[in-house]
Amino acid sequence: MMRRYQDKHDVQAKAYYNDRFWVAPQIPKEPVESDEVFAKDLKSLKSKFQIKEAYIQRGQMVVYIDPKDNREVLKHLRDELSYNFLSELSAIDWLAKRGEFEIFYQMLSTSKRKRMRVKCYIKEKEAIESVCDIYKSADWAEREMYDMFGVIVNNHPFMKRLLMPDDWQGYPLRKSYPLHGDEFAQWYEVDKIFGKEYRDIIGPENRDSAYVNERDTKHFARIRHEVRYGEEPSKEPTNLMQEYQEEEGVFLIKKFKKDKSITLKERK
Amino acid sequence: METPRREYPNRLEPFFENLVFDRDDNTMVINFGPQHPSAHGQLRLILELDGEQIVKAVPDIGYLHRGMEKMAENMIYNEFLPTTDRMDYIAATSNNYAFALAVEKLLGIEAPRRAKIIRTMLLELNRIISHLFWLATHALDVGAMSIFLYCFREREFAMDLMEDYCGARLTHSAVRIGGVPLDLPDGWIEKLAHFINKLPKDIEDYEGLLDQNRIWKMRLEEVGVISPQMAQTWGCSGPTLRGSGIPWDIRKEEPYELYDELDFDVPVTDSCDSYGRYKLYMQEMRESIKILKQLIPMYKESDPQIMAHAPQYISAPKEDIMTQNYSLMQHFVLVTQGMRPPVGEVYVATESPKGELGFYINSQGGPYPYRLKVRAPSFWHTSILQELLVGHYIADVVTIIGNLNIVFGEIDR
Repeated sequence: MMRRYQDKHDVQAKAYYNDRFWVAPQIPKEPVESDEVFAKDLKSLKSKFQIKEAYIQRGQMVVYIDPKDNREVLKHLRDELSYNFLSELSAIDWLAKRGEFEIFYQMLSTSKRKRMRVKCYIKEKEAIESVCDIYKSADWAEREMYDMFGVIVNNHPFMKRLLMPDDWQGYPLRKSYPLHGDEFAQWYEVDKIFGKEYRDIIGPENRDSAYVNERDTKHFARIRHEVRYGEEPSKEPTNLMQEYQEEEGVFLIKKFKKDKSITLKERK
Repeated sequence: METPRREYPNRLEPFFENLVFDRDDNTMVINFGPQHPSAHGQLRLILELDGEQIVKAVPDIGYLHRGMEKMAENMIYNEFLPTTDRMDYIAATSNNYAFALAVEKLLGIEAPRRAKIIRTMLLELNRIISHLFWLATHALDVGAMSIFLYCFREREFAMDLMEDYCGARLTHSAVRIGGVPLDLPDGWIEKLAHFINKLPKDIEDYEGLLDQNRIWKMRLEEVGVISPQMAQTWGCSGPTLRGSGIPWDIRKEEPYELYDELDFDVPVTDSCDSYGRYKLYMQEMRESIKILKQLIPMYKESDPQIMAHAPQYISAPKEDIMTQNYSLMQHFVLVTQGMRPPVGEVYVATESPKGELGFYINSQGGPYPYRLKVRAPSFWHTSILQELLVGHYIADVVTIIGNLNIVFGEIDR
């Protein structure tokens, strides 16, 4: 049997079973004309910019623009069409399928009570202009987008990683980045604290205190039969009666007697 | 004399954010956090001071980053729900709910009425819990110890109610996609009624301690002034936005759940400062009590169904699974493979206690979301610090951070 083809550019979890004839249903895309306010907005946008596609999905208008127009479009939306909030900005990784990033700007107009999404596609190595002087909220959002996807943003005042450390390598939210981290990520702390030469001495099992060996069927903790790591599992139950105070007692503090304590039925 | 900047950091001379600590311009750079009791989590602020006045502030985040959006891409929808607890861990149900609502919008299903009532109750209870926590820690930061103890006492009652309902005090996971897992236990409604009858008196007590308190007023009035323009351009939401005089509450403007049937007011103030926002939080708690009072009779009239009927996406009730073969098969498929929503995308915003909590979900028809983006209000409220802190004194930093009600679980995600 041939091994199934798996795309190296997308290493995220996949469904292990797909019905051969199953076709995923689509969320309906309604025409923009079905909503008066959106139709007006779209007309105003179309008069100035090239709009590639526009529709309404679940009550919000989605507009595809040319990535070069992003600043002008957002300026137009803010000044002319009173979309006064940029409530979200991020990217979607389509590198595996089409070699592109999809950037979306989620807009909100409090006066019209409408939300819309402005979207555009850019190639992997292409840069997009920063909009953070139009909406200051884009400042951190663009930094996060760069941090997570490696989308280059031009003319940003402080383009630096936001969530990951400065010296991080790789972009965690790309589909090609494994969930448990690549080699750099897994050894990051060891490399930083001890140096690369300590990788062999420390070893993968001590690298991470929360490390769980999935293949190990023997040395996992059995509830109430816990043993130290690496020791043989025991039949003897562990002593769960914990004493919260030293044997001799503590100065001025009375020893808590478990058998003399009572549990209240109701709060006083 | 300026020290030359190195090209690459090495282990002997580490790399401090391109910062040169000794400079010749009479300003001092200090590092606030990431381990600071008033930073409300792992916030690191790099402050440049001229005397005691802040000239430049650079917030640094990421110390609690767990990659939740990445995790979401590798989990089936129901699996991700408990993870959302860990975002705004002060009011976990509001996260669960925002995620569940987004997925429901994606699927095009609606929760039954009783589930909606229970959810709204839990949401408002969480709002009270969160606001009490906010007041407690904020007052503690500013120096009022007793308020902290009083608020935590009342919060404890609310947490007990949460514990009675779902068994957890902090990470509730009390909402499911398509409804709620359980009906209210016996006597819960009475306990809730007892709690909300008592709470207004307590809020009066807090106000009695703080409203005219000279120290409280001196530390909060005219501190952290966010103008309406600033609030808009920085994407503020929730009480921070309404504190700047913009009456925008998603519960009112884009009603979800039962908020269109309920009678409540949205308190707004145009004082724009920390004191105004404090008054707003107090008022919001009263509004939550008002909502809860209206929900109690609504609950008694509703039908007992608590999960939506959508066999393609949501498991049947337990009795059906135990008695009917087809329900069991569907349940098996939904648990092992996960539901497969239609292809498309949604952005759903809800009014969490902190502000606009939105979930953007892009589904490609698979059991895993293709992209999930969390719009957490605290993230945007933290980014405003770089403009807001400038010109304030260093003692006000603590007031401002506390007043913005930021929670690091949802900033770093």
